[in-house]
Amino acid sequence: MSCGRMESKILGYLDGRLKEGERLKMEKHLVSCAACRVRVHEFSAVSGLLDELPQIEPSPAFDVRVHALVAAEPEKKSWWAWMAPSPRVAFAASMLLLATVWVGSRAVNPGVNGSNSGATIDAQDIPVLENYDVLSNFEALTDLPQPVQAEETN
Amino acid sequence: MARTDVQLMLDVKAGDEASFELLLHRYRRPLVNFVFRMVRNQEQAEDLAQEVFLRVYRAREDYVPSAKFTTWLFRIATNLALNSLRDNRNQRMEISLDAPINASDEDGDERLLDVAEKHPNIEQHLVEDARRKMIKHAIDKLPEKQRAAVLLHKYQELDYGEIAKILNCSESALKSLLFRAYETLRVELAPLVAQQGK
Repeated sequence: MSCGRMESKILGYLDGRLKEGERLKMEKHLVSCAACRVRVHEFSAVSGLLDELPQIEPSPAFDVRVHALVAAEPEKKSWWAWMAPSPRVAFAASMLLLATVWVGSRAVNPGVNGSNSGATIDAQDIPVLENYDVLSNFEALTDLPQPVQAEETN
Repeated sequence: MARTDVQLMLDVKAGDEASFELLLHRYRRPLVNFVFRMVRNQEQAEDLAQEVFLRVYRAREDYVPSAKFTTWLFRIATNLALNSLRDNRNQRMEISLDAPINASDEDGDERLLDVAEKHPNIEQHLVEDARRKMIKHAIDKLPEKQRAAVLLHKYQELDYGEIAKILNCSESALKSLLFRAYETLRVELAPLVAQQGK
């Protein structure tokens, strides 16, 4: 094994990750090459030095902040979930549908609730009745001064 | 028997929040330390590590155990750290090209506790402190990708295949990257390396 090939395998050798054959070749080379022996030794020393760096501890608030971030996440819905209406919307929509059907059926068949008795109001009477109702309750009209009598002026 | 990371993640996918808690407990320290060594600021490191966990949580429903969980986790962390370093660099350039950055600021938040008063041997403490600073600065001076490779190799003890996937390079490129990084460290730390030999 040449020194050049050896370089790429130093870390693997120190990590114990070389295959058996490669490891034996490496050790054979190290016996005969002082420069590579020094290099391996120095890489090992560097690795030892890196062990001296202290680890830091996450702050006590770390977990709390992760929980807060996770809790703030909107609940993920599947792609078809938007088609499923909420119960309130579904109730309102069904009530509206029922009301529409009921009003529609009355418009098509006005006499559905019984005979054309005197109490029944025809659709054509409705505008007249509405006008009457407005006029009879219109305060401005009731507050008008009484018409002046001809005799009094004389 | 402890559940594997993949099993925990699959449980999270199934809606088990307690499994997410276990993953958080298992990986918060390694993640914070890894990101801290990358960005050199504890507050920023914690923010980024929290973002990693949030992304894991967000991706739970789409999670497929196609790779090792740690590969995925540290890939997210590495990308976030590298992006953050790039953003900081751009921001720093925008602030001022004239104002020199104070060396004490560069030390970031890694303020070593002043334990001299409690230490029985102050001289010994100062020597150790100087050693640690020298090692730290040697790591900090490495190019970002080499630094990530060394941190994942040395402190997370991930295998070469995993680290290569995290850094998005081939395994042979990774070995070359690691060799160059250790070679630089060997030169930078030569005085300490020589002491180690004694």
